[in-house]
Amino acid sequence: MPATAPAGVGQLRGEEPFPAAARRSLADPQLRRNLRHATTTIRGKSAAVIAEAPDWEQLRAAGAAVKADTIARLPELLEQLEAKVTEAGGVVHWAADAVEANRIVTDLVRAAGTDRIIKVKSMATQEIGLNEALDSAGITPVETDLAELIVQLGGDRPSHILVPAIHRNRAEIRDIFLRAMPGVDPSLTDDPAALAAAARHYLRKTFLSTPVAVSGANFAVAETGTLAVVESEGNGRMCLTLPETLITIMGVEKVVPTWRDLEVFLQLLPRASTGERMNPYTSMWTGVTPGDGPQAFHLVLLDNGRSAVLADEVGRQALWCIRCSACLNVCPVYERTGGHAYGSVYPGPIGAVLSPQLTGVAENTSLPYASTLCGACYDACPVKIDIPELLVHLRAEVVESRRRPTAESIAMAAAAHTMDRVGWYEAAQRAARLSRLAGRRGRGLPPPLNGWTVSRDLPDAPAETFRDWWARR
Amino acid sequence: MRIALFVTCLADTMFPQAAKATVLLLERLGHEVVFPDGQTCCGQMHINTGYQPEAVPLVRRHARIFDAYDVIVAPSGSCVGTVRQQHAMVARRAGDERLASLAESVAARTYELSELLVDVLGVTDVGAYYPHRVTYHPTCHSLRVLRVGDRPLRLLREVRGLGLVELPAAEQCCGFGGTFALKNADTSTAMLADKMHHVLSTGADVCTASDSSCLMHIGGGLSRLRTGVRAVHLAEILASTEQPGTAGAQSRSAVTR
Ligand code: SF4
Repeated sequence: MPATAPAGVGQLRGEEPFPAAARRSLADPQLRRNLRHATTTIRGKSAAVIAEAPDWEQLRAAGAAVKADTIARLPELLEQLEAKVTEAGGVVHWAADAVEANRIVTDLVRAAGTDRIIKVKSMATQEIGLNEALDSAGITPVETDLAELIVQLGGDRPSHILVPAIHRNRAEIRDIFLRAMPGVDPSLTDDPAALAAAARHYLRKTFLSTPVAVSGANFAVAETGTLAVVESEGNGRMCLTLPETLITIMGVEKVVPTWRDLEVFLQLLPRASTGERMNPYTSMWTGVTPGDGPQAFHLVLLDNGRSAVLADEVGRQALWCIRCSACLNVCPVYERTGGHAYGSVYPGPIGAVLSPQLTGVAENTSLPYASTLCGACYDACPVKIDIPELLVHLRAEVVESRRRPTAESIAMAAAAHTMDRVGWYEAAQRAARLSRLAGRRGRGLPPPLNGWTVSRDLPDAPAETFRDWWARR
Repeated sequence: MRIALFVTCLADTMFPQAAKATVLLLERLGHEVVFPDGQTCCGQMHINTGYQPEAVPLVRRHARIFDAYDVIVAPSGSCVGTVRQQHAMVARRAGDERLASLAESVAARTYELSELLVDVLGVTDVGAYYPHRVTYHPTCHSLRVLRVGDRPLRLLREVRGLGLVELPAAEQCCGFGGTFALKNADTSTAMLADKMHHVLSTGADVCTASDSSCLMHIGGGLSRLRTGVRAVHLAEILASTEQPGTAGAQSRSAVTR
């Protein structure tokens, strides 16, 4: 079995199980309001532009087909990518896990002779905890994506794949800027334009004076060795073109076979994620070009548990994910709890399946249960990842991963035994009827059944079951 | 037509009125309903909580018992969803290919009530009378696993006396989710609170759906808050007629003979 992501580095495991972490978010009315407002808005925008695309279902099918093909021949495509990037003057590094990736990047930054880097928003670097690793090596990483900058200055954690500061409103953002942004005007208001201008002013100086940038990648084209980043603000393009050295870290699953395949994803991604017909900035680069853009390019190919995901026939479709966040925005659980409850940089439905797979299910047992299996995520996913199927699959793995019987497993085994014997089953029905006397509408139930009566009455079991009625007709 | 009833364990034990209504409705439409002996439970709770090996005997029992029938109906979107989408998967995971194909064959003959009425029996006007303001909650498994679409609404629109009011944010999950309601009771409650808010905003007297489980959740919440709004299974509404004693406000009396 290939190795899973190591513990103690990066951000894939929470400190507490989902139900406990969720309880805290649920008790925060401001958070609930911010989340409801943001997810409702983006859902509406996305639905409107998807409705405009008459071939949306065909596009989804094409996206899923390309991803299935890619994942099926991943090693071959990665070798092709490595050859093409090298040919174009880049250097390819293979990182087995977060520890190795952080070391590779730290060494590269040191070799470039700087103690500050600028960053393009990237999930991979969040996953491996690159900022923390650089900090402890005496290197200052500066996030340039507005939302990511808000999270960084606030000493906070991102709570959404696309909108890391989704849990913050503008008054909170103003406070963070006043507190933590160097050189900010103390008369700053919470007008969005003023906030953006303040960030731009601060970032402009940083862009022009920092020689190394670190980015992620949305796609890597195997046939040409081309990397692609799509974004909305243009800060990414600045990072990708201004510095001398560019270091890109990408999960190995981001490769696509050919340039033509991008056509499908560049249509799917913006509509599903930001609700735009097309993202404002698409930057692509292939190795280095003398006299134009960064003169040194390093590509770090990150595994960090992905080979283990690949080894699972059912689970591997989680690697199709293009991180559009559509599943988060439609998820009723995410909408109430927010991203922090998931304890991983990958929250929401995709996080509930991807995080436990990357770490091994035994280290993230509560996440596959953080869903009602309502299926909204599957319908929203632009590459048709069957997240409910994955959740059920991983729940089975969680149960199998337990060494000792639990109260739940004993109860489940007993229930299955009973359900497979009609006489026992009917006896259990009679017992349920008797419990009417003791139950007081279910309020006297033992744990975990008392969870029901937090907010709901339980009906009395009726005096006559259906089968009794049938027998007497 | 001869139709086999898969009652589901929840309807059998806790909500027999929904199953009785299904029988009376189909008989009123001129069909013969049979209740196959030995049936218990589809194993949904086991499968969705991660206990797939434990569910295998239940899948086998269900497939063997119902294989004898050409048309099978259950008054539950989620149990039909389990039969249709999960039984073969569970059998395959256990390495039983023969059971998997048997399960697939049974699944292809198993219908949720609104599917049976509209697609197989070809009726939308079932001759029902139900003089109440009703709002319909499309349960997730009916909506996204079975894709029943607007079939329940088409049936409800033909019910005489019934005032159908649209439920805001209808397609959002009510927060039940089987053992989710216990394992994540706080999140489940937050989702339920929003669902109840929407139900109450319609001014309806009755919230209906095609799943007793979701109705147990929504109805349990509405009862706890003493809202006076009742949760009633779709089958009970469709079974009600103008005959004295069948269209009453009490759902249980709606189906007593
Ligand atoms: S799982 Fe699908 S919907 Fe969710 S982020 Fe990934 S691609 Fe988007």
